[in-house]
Amino acid sequence: MTTSVHADALIELRDVGFGYDRRPVLDGVSLRIEAGTFTGIVGPSGSGKTSLLRLLLDTAKPQRGEITRRKGLSMAYVPQLETVNWDFPVTVAECVLMSRPQGLRWPWASAAERREVHVTLDRLGIADLAGRHIRELSGGQQQRMFLARALVRQPELMLLDEPTSGVDVKTRHEVLHLLGDLNDDGLTIVLTTHDLNGIAAHLPHLVALRTRIIAQGEPSTVIRPDVLEATFGADMEVLSHAGMPIVVDGYAYPGSVAR
Amino acid sequence: MTLWDSLLEPFAYQFFVKGVLVATMAGLLCGLLGVFIILRGMSYIGHGLSHAVFGGFAASSVISLNYYLGAGLWGFASALAISRVSRSRRIGSDAAIGVITTASFALGVALLTLYGNRGPSFDAALFGSIIGVADSDVWIVMGVTVLTIFVVLGRYRALLFSTFDPEVADVSGVKVARTDALLMLVLSLAILSTLTIIGVTLVAATLVIPAVVARMLTNSFGRMLWISSILGAVGGFVGMNLSYHLNVPSGTTIVLVDAAVFCLVLMVSGSRNSRRVNGLDEHVDLSVSTTTMSRPTGPSSSRA
Repeated sequence: MTTSVHADALIELRDVGFGYDRRPVLDGVSLRIEAGTFTGIVGPSGSGKTSLLRLLLDTAKPQRGEITRRKGLSMAYVPQLETVNWDFPVTVAECVLMSRPQGLRWPWASAAERREVHVTLDRLGIADLAGRHIRELSGGQQQRMFLARALVRQPELMLLDEPTSGVDVKTRHEVLHLLGDLNDDGLTIVLTTHDLNGIAAHLPHLVALRTRIIAQGEPSTVIRPDVLEATFGADMEVLSHAGMPIVVDGYAYPGSVAR
Repeated sequence: MTLWDSLLEPFAYQFFVKGVLVATMAGLLCGLLGVFIILRGMSYIGHGLSHAVFGGFAASSVISLNYYLGAGLWGFASALAISRVSRSRRIGSDAAIGVITTASFALGVALLTLYGNRGPSFDAALFGSIIGVADSDVWIVMGVTVLTIFVVLGRYRALLFSTFDPEVADVSGVKVARTDALLMLVLSLAILSTLTIIGVTLVAATLVIPAVVARMLTNSFGRMLWISSILGAVGGFVGMNLSYHLNVPSGTTIVLVDAAVFCLVLMVSGSRNSRRVNGLDEHVDLSVSTTTMSRPTGPSSSRA
């Protein structure tokens, strides 16, 4: 559905239910994605994060409730790095160019398209890698390439599935900085993550999800022991360091020195 | 008679000229489509689909329906069923192909055994034949080849995107299901039109081997299409000539030429390039450790 319901909302979910084989994955989810926001959806594996992304992307239909989108909303999706076949024979430029698939286009890029790809890659600092095979990139460069592919579509809303899953700390920082810059430029971002300390704690708005929305708001509202226990089903403590919440495992292992 | 005269001798026969023309086009056609097949991890589909087409071949023979129409519809329906079933996560593509196509093949054998064959010869359908090429076959293979080239050029980016990353392609405006159906249609037509030259049992190899060799030789998708098509065409041409001189079914010699090229490239390029084909049927995991739930290392871009 693509009707407009709220001036600032790009997408609005009202009491949405979704599942597979009669097993509910999402139940009673109400959520509004407003223009210019940066939202992190946190939750354990199987909590419905990816299903929620699919509903937002309109690649899955709700079995209950209603989803409304702003008319003409342009979206782009960045998949998990771990799901990509990195041996696929494409160069960075070819991969970015895939985002222009509509209509009967010839295989070769037009001068305008080449220029657009170069400008986007340059913006992300990987213009010199355009001719490289995708396997030859580092984790951070691979994520930048997918961001470039998404940005070439000039989206208003970018959705990312676990953008830092399987990458090292340096890459995680790079990706976080980059997404922050893009959000500062006006891009609305929604990402899923189960990385509370590395990603979630740094985002301005969080949604804790476990089939239903447990809590949403600023990190101080969501990263709390009671919310985390209800979301992750595990005992967690929240410490504070330089104003940042730090989540530590609350379970005392037999024989452990700490605690 | 000199070696040169011996090599040129079969070109005096019209049936051979037609056969070599069709075999070369068939090799090019299968080489071109094979790139998409192996990169989609559906190498087995050529094998399965040719067996499915055999069911249609038998059924159309029994009811005296035009071979191309009957087997074509049957093959396309099978291809769509395989594609649809294999996209669902419950059943893998190998299992889907195994069930749908072997049942179709078994039905074909049963029908031909019960009612006899009124179309192209049984042996030709199984192993290919050098003498079974009619004028209409030449035009049909030529038409399918031209159609396939137009489809690949015209839908290049949609085909590439849906092969590389169907989920993101779908979000990005590619009609993935429609693109898959289009690919399955031209694949069915390709198998159908080349069946009597290459044969049910061997057509899969002409789809897979040139594309795998091309993958070993390049990291570029565009170059892979060119190399695979040319290797397929060369395999068809040389294989058809060998078929005449060795007096063995044409499908056999075409596949043996393709296999010889594969071995040659493997030997010359060594294990370095063969590694490229390792990931054709699987997605690759990055071996970088995750740092989930670790202490923050103090990123300067705190946005909380």
